Amino acid sequence: MARLIIMGGGVSGHTAASFARKWLGNEHEVVVVTPNALWNWIPSNIWVGVGEMSKEEVTFPLAPVYEKAGIDYRQAKAVSIHPEGNAEGDNAYITMEYTGQGKEGQTEELTYDYLINATGPKLNFGATPGLSDGKGGLGEHTVSVCTADHAIHAALELDACVEKMRKGERQAFLIGTGHGMCTCQGAAFEYIFNIEHTLKEKGVRDMADITFITNESFLGDFGMGGIHFSMGGYATSSKVFAESLYAERGMDWILGAHVNNVEAGKVTYESLDGEMDEQEFDFAMLIPPFGGVGLKAFAKDGADITDTVFAPNGFMKVDAKYDAGAYENWKASDWPSTLQNPTYKNMFAVGIAFAPPHTISKPMSSPNGTPINPTPPRTGMPSAMMGKAVAQSVVDMMANGATEPTHTANMSEMGAACVASAGKGLFTGTAAAMTVYPIVPDFEKYPGVGRDMNGTTGELGLAAHWVKHILHHVFIWKAQLKPGWTLIPE
Amino acid sequence: MSKHLNHIEPYSPQFGTMMPMGFQKFMRTCVLWQIVRFVAINFRMTMLILKSHH
Repeated sequence: MARLIIMGGGVSGHTAASFARKWLGNEHEVVVVTPNALWNWIPSNIWVGVGEMSKEEVTFPLAPVYEKAGIDYRQAKAVSIHPEGNAEGDNAYITMEYTGQGKEGQTEELTYDYLINATGPKLNFGATPGLSDGKGGLGEHTVSVCTADHAIHAALELDACVEKMRKGERQAFLIGTGHGMCTCQGAAFEYIFNIEHTLKEKGVRDMADITFITNESFLGDFGMGGIHFSMGGYATSSKVFAESLYAERGMDWILGAHVNNVEAGKVTYESLDGEMDEQEFDFAMLIPPFGGVGLKAFAKDGADITDTVFAPNGFMKVDAKYDAGAYENWKASDWPSTLQNPTYKNMFAVGIAFAPPHTISKPMSSPNGTPINPTPPRTGMPSAMMGKAVAQSVVDMMANGATEPTHTANMSEMGAACVASAGKGLFTGTAAAMTVYPIVPDFEKYPGVGRDMNGTTGELGLAAHWVKHILHHVFIWKAQLKPGWTLIPE
Repeated sequence: MSKHLNHIEPYSPQFGTMMPMGFQKFMRTCVLWQIVRFVAINFRMTMLILKSHH
């Protein structure tokens, strides 16, 4: 009998656990260690954040799903990894601290034969003064849609602004990134369109000034160095596509901004040209930067080997080329394939938890030396694909005699689909559907714009909105492991 | 067609991009056309998924 531990129960971890459980015989154990009691379909938090959905519609309890599936669920936060065991034995183990199941605060050690790190990000609100509450959580000046609870708070604040506008008080909305090193521009992009749509529906759009603030050097970078879509016979930059969406809706944008302070009603930011500026707001949704969750690693003798296992940003090192050097030297082949840790071959990292070799967007900084550029997106579809591929490899190594990973999930060889939708009405909503292949541009394989123009597309319309609706229901069905879940692709 | 365009301040950032006009806007909400696009988007995403698994 062997034991697989998956740390994290988000999109990538839940996918890995579900497939591993399905493919492994009952003689093997699958354990999920996650501090959360609820699974959250995060893309739909956007709709919660404008009051179109409830928390219950985007979450469900994990315990009954795992109990039915035969997965050992521990509602606990992973604290440290001991890949060589300790002085008393050679068995690798993790330590964890319970956050639920009646064992809150208790710590426990759990040995493993294989370990998948799918811990996701730490929402680093503390990186920007004022964005945080001083304890690492969300502060009082801005809102967030990163969790369902944050999104509920955002919807309440939005309602308060709508009331003020109905009474004739003009309101300024600021949506975007709350730091120069943020990722997830897509979430802010989708949220600003939902805000605009909601204000229009409520008849107060003319009382609102809506501004997007981003660390991207151009609209439509999306942390992927921009995308080119096939449009009207042209390979059209996502810059034009995104600018058009904002311009059509009368929204302004601020580019290349590192928000360095937030206070009541005002952010200050540094631009790529080194200028310091301010932007006032009545309502602000600013995405925090992501970091690793702060896991530590220890050798058999108790020595701290966190630097060996994790990159400085707290994400786990995998089979990526971390010494690629300057931007000019970057290649698609720098990106990891098996997601196996190079030092400890029974450890893998998936989703946001793996350390990328570098950004996808070109690194930039202000004349003051402040880095301002998006970090690579690796949520949603790519996360799930990584979870499934690593589960396949681990199952083959655990149960089928493989000595090396048998499956790969390389972001330079996989695509992603993104649907940014506004509104919930079947005939009143609107959406932008984008597909990109590959996520990391490969200029050797696809000379020109680095991507396959047959797989990289963007369009607006009701159809994309319908797709978004279907994805919401289908992925929650799949995550609940209901009949036919394996037939639904990642 | 220009009646479908709102005023855009010359030399503003918004002035430097493309703007949808009447036919484009109509097609975005034309249910028959959008059913066609719905099939097309699903087909495209399926192909993308198939290409992405290794």
